[in-house]
Amino acid sequence: MAERERRITPPYGGVFVPRTRVMDADAVTRAVTRIAHEVIERNAGLAEVVVVGLQTGGVRLAHRLVEAFERIDGSQVPFGTLDVALYRDDIGLRPVMPEAVTAIPGDLNQKVVVLVDDVLFTGRTIRAALDALTAYGRPRAVQLAVMVDRGHRELPIRPDYVGKNLPTRRDEAVDVTDDGVELGDMVRERR
Amino acid sequence: MGKAVLVIKGGEVLDETGRRRADVAIGAEGDVVGVGADLDGNRVIDAGGCLVTPGLVDLHTHLRQPGREEAETVESGSRAAALGGYTAVVAMPNTEPAIDCASVVREVIELGAKALCDVTPAGAITRGRAGVELAPMAEMAALGVHLFTDDGAGVQDARLMRRAMEYATSLGVTLGQHCEDESLAAGGHMHEGEWSSRLGIPGIPALAEELMVWRDIALSRLTGAPVHFLHLSTAGSIELVRAAKAEGLAVTAEATPHHFTLTHAEVVGYDPLFKVNPPLRSVEDVVAVKAGLADGTIDAIATDHAPHAQETKEAPFDEAPPGMVGLETALALATTELGLPVEAVLTLLSWRPARIAGLAAEHGGPVAVGRPANLCVIDPTATWVVDPATSASRSRNNPFAGRTLTGRVRHTMLRGEPVVLDGEAQR
Amino acid sequence: MRHLLSIADLDVDVIEQVMTLTDSFVEVGERRIPKVPTLRGRTVVSLFYEESTRTRLSFETAAKRLSADVMTFSVGSSSVKKGESLRDTVQTIEAMGVDAIVVRHGSAGVPRQVANWVEAGGVRVINAGDGAHEHPTQALLDCYTLRERLGSLRGMRIAIVGDVKHSRVARSNIAAFTVLGAHVTLVAPPTLLPESLVGWPVEVSHDLDAELPKVDAVYLLRMQQERQTEALVPSLREYTACYGLTARRAELMADGAVILHPGPMNRGVEIAAEVAECPSSVITRQVANGVAVRMAVLFLLLAAEGGDVADE
Repeated sequence: MAERERRITPPYGGVFVPRTRVMDADAVTRAVTRIAHEVIERNAGLAEVVVVGLQTGGVRLAHRLVEAFERIDGSQVPFGTLDVALYRDDIGLRPVMPEAVTAIPGDLNQKVVVLVDDVLFTGRTIRAALDALTAYGRPRAVQLAVMVDRGHRELPIRPDYVGKNLPTRRDEAVDVTDDGVELGDMVRERR
Repeated sequence: MGKAVLVIKGGEVLDETGRRRADVAIGAEGDVVGVGADLDGNRVIDAGGCLVTPGLVDLHTHLRQPGREEAETVESGSRAAALGGYTAVVAMPNTEPAIDCASVVREVIELGAKALCDVTPAGAITRGRAGVELAPMAEMAALGVHLFTDDGAGVQDARLMRRAMEYATSLGVTLGQHCEDESLAAGGHMHEGEWSSRLGIPGIPALAEELMVWRDIALSRLTGAPVHFLHLSTAGSIELVRAAKAEGLAVTAEATPHHFTLTHAEVVGYDPLFKVNPPLRSVEDVVAVKAGLADGTIDAIATDHAPHAQETKEAPFDEAPPGMVGLETALALATTELGLPVEAVLTLLSWRPARIAGLAAEHGGPVAVGRPANLCVIDPTATWVVDPATSASRSRNNPFAGRTLTGRVRHTMLRGEPVVLDGEAQR
Repeated sequence: MRHLLSIADLDVDVIEQVMTLTDSFVEVGERRIPKVPTLRGRTVVSLFYEESTRTRLSFETAAKRLSADVMTFSVGSSSVKKGESLRDTVQTIEAMGVDAIVVRHGSAGVPRQVANWVEAGGVRVINAGDGAHEHPTQALLDCYTLRERLGSLRGMRIAIVGDVKHSRVARSNIAAFTVLGAHVTLVAPPTLLPESLVGWPVEVSHDLDAELPKVDAVYLLRMQQERQTEALVPSLREYTACYGLTARRAELMADGAVILHPGPMNRGVEIAAEVAECPSSVITRQVANGVAVRMAVLFLLLAAEGGDVADE
């Protein structure tokens, strides 16, 4: 579970307790493959595409997407990771800490950046990511791929590629791994 | 027995001659007119459960007047002294101008005439305390000055100090030395040792003090002049004085309450409240000061009451002036911290310093008929918490804030006048 | 962490956290636009009572790359010249509503005093060097630079050479190096060592030639001209002869051992010009890492903790 999500879902800093499995491992794999095809189709190939996974939850998925591209048409798509902590809009309101060092492959000028994250929720992380990308150049386009769109958007942001649309309550939490997608709750950690 | 206008009733008299339950009657002239059981007078001051002792005498007070009235005046300082049980203080000459001639001596004596305790000025040894030429000691001695010192600085020049001592023998006065070799102490702001090294504050080595103690003992041996060592702070100094006394030399010494209670570790927070000269020393030095007070090597406890205006102490440690106030806490620190019988504490605070100051005719003598009623009434069991905000001093640079002490001054009589009653200054 | 006043206040976890964070800020510095919006709306004041252009610029660059507003209070052009007291100056700055004060002062302990004075107001204080006491961000950037080259400091042998007595850099570095597991040897004439080393986790040597083959890093301290007039060394020439890192001495060092210096260097005194430029020297890395480390420190003090998380 992404540290970001742990921090923004009450009770803050709790542990995730799964309730329902909404996708199994095969479903996740199928979704990655489908998204890969959609990206190729939409951009008429992968020539200008750069995949950027958001730390930490999006990095594994971004990596799988790059592998899928390679399987489908043999392309080696440039792959990077992005930590948005320094761009968050809740600095000073909540504890904030970078989770990993950002690594962007080369200049992003004129590239098509496919941002990858595990769960799309309020949209604030994506807002921060769009801001962060500007430090690396001016992409021709930025597209967003997520495994789960769980709704509750607080900003005018929508995904371009979605693994699954999953209606949730605001206080629920979603955990995405290679093994599948689970819906559950955050509970206070026992001391 | 003369007519008593005032009787201190129900206390236990404690002076050099011993302890006894007795009331003390005071006459209209301000002297003791009776000491005994069941005395009566127009006015009765309760001393139940208390000790009635000769007033305390401070050999080392900075009253700051003239020149630094924002830090202290003779009036405010003497009020603090009275609250601390003192009936006499020796005012150090490092005023602006320095007390280095008859006219400044007269000014301080005049200011002292209205004070809440007797104020007797010490004179400077050298003009302007500059350590270059002798001050007119005879004209000051003629006005009653008994102790001469350049306190704040030691007389660096050995030849000049020798001449001062030789000259002093003809006047019957005592030279007091602030022992600090400036070439070794230069640039230092705290005791040189473990803490100065760790904190990065330049240190003052113990040797800076001990070297001058050694020199002045040797000069006393050479000249026969008495020398009084101010505020001794190191184990080495005390050992030198112990040996000099064993040899029979005319040396006396004092130590301050802060040097028997606080160590250089206090400086850890860089609070200039703990900056003082001589600096707070090591634990071993504190132990040695206590031992010196217990065995008589150190003759007296002196406060080195050194008031400084708040803003001067709210400065970087290096830039803040050294010194701490002490008149209102000296007795209680001695009774609380030294582990000595109260007789021994009063020996250190009253009769011995009175003799060194040349004030024995008026202060520190036995509580007896015919003596001036300069008295202090002490509640030896009262506990209290030091609160600088309530001090009578103009300054608040008290390093003992928040400390709980046992033993408190209840009343102070200055020639029969109750200047302090139940811990309140009466004027 | 409320303030950064001394390395002695920090435990190993905090130092490691600064190191990890610094990785992120080094990356920020390599971007096309090396600036993040993290401290937008925050104000950082540099209050320098002692001129140190490099440290001040390093802090101000760090604050600006975090998008903080930066004010410079330089003593030469201020009311301090008109006799304003330190406390009044601090109160004035605090009243302007600043978030952090970076303090440099020639007297040890001033940052601690300033921190006490602003305690109620929530202002953060960073020690940018106080007298001969500490220079904690210098130590943090030195640790970071050493980790870049040596991996970890655990078990490493580091010689600190020169005027330890007057050096805030040495005091901070001894604390930082040892808490990270390195062994420190001080190499200096006795006049340039502190009078007391009670409680210092160090060894002492007066023989640089004997130490150099044994160390993984040699840290040279700046040797100041004044030390000669204070009779701490007979002459700078004699100091160089005994304790300077000459080209000949640099040859004695093991392969892979590194050379550090906090700057500004006195070339030809504590370090030979060609040694400062040699591949073993990481002196320019120190300067580059200084900005990232200071960003990490500002981030930790001003952003990391944030407000209170409501526990609903």
